[in-house]
Amino acid sequence: MQKNLRWKFILILALMAICVYFFVSPREKGAKMLSRMNLGLDLQGGIHLVLKVVTDDALNQELFQDADRISQELKAKNVAFVSCKKGNGYSVEVTGVDSVGANEARQYMESTYDRKYSIKSATLEGKTNFSLTLMGAYIRDARESTVRQALETIRRRVDALGVTEPTLQIYGESGEDVQDQIIVELPGIDDPDRVKGLIENTAQLELRLVKKDQSASYSSVDSAVEASGGKIADGYEILPYREDRGDQSRLEYLVVSKPPVITGKDLKTARKSSDSTGRPAVGFFLTAGGSKLFARATEQHVGEKLAIVLDNVVSSAPVINERIESEGIIHGQFTLQQAEDLSMLLRSGALPASLKTMHEQTVGASLGNDSIKSGIYASIIGFGLVVIGMILYYKHSGLNAVYCLLGNLIILLGFMGAVGSTLTLPGIAGVILTIGMAVDSNILIFERIREELRSGKTIRAAVDTGFGKVFWTIFDTHVTTLVSAAFLFQFGTGPIRGFAVTLVVGLVANMFTAVYVSHRLFDLMLGNRKVEALSI
Amino acid sequence: MEILRNVSIDWIGKKWILFGISWTLVVVGVVGYIMRGGFAFGIDFTGGTLIYLKFEKTPDLDLIRRSLKSETATPPLIQRYGNPSDHTVQVRAQTGFGSGQEMGSVRKELTRLLRASFDVDHVNTTQTDFNNVGSDALGKYLLAGDPDNLKAQSKTTQEIDDYYKALAKAMIDYRDKNRQGLVPSLDDLKAVGASNAVITSMKKDCFAGPFAIQGVDNIGAVVGSDLRRRATLAVGLSFLGMLIYVAFRFKPIYGVAGVVALIHDIVITLGLFALTQKEISLTVIAALLTLVGYSMNDTIVIFDRVRENLRIMRKESLHQVLNLSINQTLSRTIMTSGMTFLSVFALYLFGGEVLHGFSFALTIGIIIGTYSSIGIASPIVEWWSRVTEQKSKR
Repeated sequence: MQKNLRWKFILILALMAICVYFFVSPREKGAKMLSRMNLGLDLQGGIHLVLKVVTDDALNQELFQDADRISQELKAKNVAFVSCKKGNGYSVEVTGVDSVGANEARQYMESTYDRKYSIKSATLEGKTNFSLTLMGAYIRDARESTVRQALETIRRRVDALGVTEPTLQIYGESGEDVQDQIIVELPGIDDPDRVKGLIENTAQLELRLVKKDQSASYSSVDSAVEASGGKIADGYEILPYREDRGDQSRLEYLVVSKPPVITGKDLKTARKSSDSTGRPAVGFFLTAGGSKLFARATEQHVGEKLAIVLDNVVSSAPVINERIESEGIIHGQFTLQQAEDLSMLLRSGALPASLKTMHEQTVGASLGNDSIKSGIYASIIGFGLVVIGMILYYKHSGLNAVYCLLGNLIILLGFMGAVGSTLTLPGIAGVILTIGMAVDSNILIFERIREELRSGKTIRAAVDTGFGKVFWTIFDTHVTTLVSAAFLFQFGTGPIRGFAVTLVVGLVANMFTAVYVSHRLFDLMLGNRKVEALSI
Repeated sequence: MEILRNVSIDWIGKKWILFGISWTLVVVGVVGYIMRGGFAFGIDFTGGTLIYLKFEKTPDLDLIRRSLKSETATPPLIQRYGNPSDHTVQVRAQTGFGSGQEMGSVRKELTRLLRASFDVDHVNTTQTDFNNVGSDALGKYLLAGDPDNLKAQSKTTQEIDDYYKALAKAMIDYRDKNRQGLVPSLDDLKAVGASNAVITSMKKDCFAGPFAIQGVDNIGAVVGSDLRRRATLAVGLSFLGMLIYVAFRFKPIYGVAGVVALIHDIVITLGLFALTQKEISLTVIAALLTLVGYSMNDTIVIFDRVRENLRIMRKESLHQVLNLSINQTLSRTIMTSGMTFLSVFALYLFGGEVLHGFSFALTIGIIIGTYSSIGIASPIVEWWSRVTEQKSKR
């Protein structure tokens, strides 16, 4: 073999060896072999969720809070006004401000909120009405940060579940100006209901005082309103209360104060524990700041009831017997699993907004297994047919083409292993397709060589001309397929992208094998001797 | 072996025959579309719920339909799929399960309804259905009960934990990988090495239900319509991309001719989908986009040869050069289409249900795509040059 050629082959084989290494070696110390490549959900089983973050929840909550704050400030400044509450759209409306305090009110609002709201006022018969509307830029930022916060909370919960290789991604529908959807992919999960419940549970914990003089529970919302004299007092609201007495579980209603004593922010941690009867319960522990607040509240309100509110439903309302510092128990009809799950949820923090399921897909491991089997079976048969076809039609040159195909496959798998990409069922289809399409380059070259031989050229000249003339055609055909694969990648998600990637990588590898490696194989075939005929 | 060595067919001359074939196929497709009432879109595009179920024995499809009827607005579509001996069934419901309910409880609802019809004995049971349980829950159950009495053998808590977790995982893996997700009797678990003690204990608290939910796909209608828009956009833009590239590499008319051939291919393929009412899913769109690339390839090979021939043949007309180029590349064309066809045909026959639409689209598309480079793209180039020549002569 010529010296040059030997070096070229060593280089080619070295490249192949590197690719094999990347495909076969374990991902990290102690991991299994062949573990670098991930299996997609459709092959492994698992759950795929697309959740829309209802960012309006968070915006509305801010508006309510600001309305409260403004209302309290105005009262503190002795400014008389009729009402201060959230208005339509993203606004706070302060109505009926007395002419005396109007200026002071305006000054206060402008100095505190001028970055957040655009403030308008109108004065009618001496009374001024203020309308504060959230600014567009603020709304967009608030939406984006809500989505990011939701993503982080979900990530914490997913981590707590111990899923290997979860995918969490922010995603947006084309046309929306804020990306407000989250894609969650959890491979290998086989209890989708529980997992879904865990992810989507808002898990907002609050401790609120039950109205002192209306501490009994009511059987319906109406009776509660009636007992309050036809209208719920300012600063209070009616919340459902699921009381568990032994086996029974009744739905009742309590009048509870709106501003909470303790919120999720004051929670240090939560743990599963058991209540006085030994049933599973959840124990929560407060931060230093939270403990102070809690201690003060329990001290001042001994004898009153404290409602433990989870996601706006009262789970229990024990009487405050004494000043409590830093911990409490939430009990209900929990199984051990439920108590564990709830403590995990509380630890991960509340979701800043509710989630709406846009797409939910669970694939059982059995379905995934079927897919793997069919995919591999079809690949082997497809490859086999192409090999037979090429060898029958092009004889020894056909064998060259087969080597190129194998080279393509090795490079493709090596690349996927190195990058840690995910193999999906469409991805396997992409491999099969690449086999068929890559062989086109070889065919183009071989046909050209045959033509050149027919026109009387020497074998060596025919081979070299063949490779030379066909290069640009091969280039063009590859570019067009790459362009359509690029659109595929843009358009698709998950499995379709996997297909686009295998197609692209396979074809790029093919440019190398069909043009360079194949030519070297021919060089090898021809050697230094004078060759009589070319097996093509 | 060599075929088609000295072919000299007058392709351009026969263009009316070729056009005739194309138009017939297009008409067949359009008629199919109208007669069958449009495309059969998969739930990716329509929204809805798709459920894969496996039963222990051949299920009565009507019974399934009756059990689920109350929960869905329109009657669900129920079909067997896969091998008949697998007793696997696909249920497709147009709306999410449980009118107006949020999607969260599809599996619970479904399990409840099916159990009421197929497993009446276990409707209100506290026992766990082994065929619908996860390995985590199973592991915890075994740990709590400790049927193999590991505590008495002074093993550490971690060891006991690991042991039962591994056992649960082995049982679930066996169920999913070897039995397709359904085990007819708990005794079968002996195959993974579960001890008699474990199986006896499980028989008290678990049972092997007669059906298993293999998978659920639940999509909101909003997602579907967004997807339809993006699919159309992707295909349209890819046409544009091809047009620009080929117009740039050759002459503009070549770009146009190529894209017309592409449109022809896509229209006929979609027409056949409408006629056969095969489901158009996301992967089918992927196949169509791939087809765009493949068909263009084919056309480019011919055009490339034309360009080369034009340089050396000054005397011949474009008509003759086109014919010659097609004939010269015919061997390659047949071989390449043949090889690609073999590989996607293998996929069609053996690739399984999920890829069925994909492989069908490609199998047809490859044949049509190869044909369109000869029957559509080349005649258009010839026609255009004739028309512009006449114009310049006047």
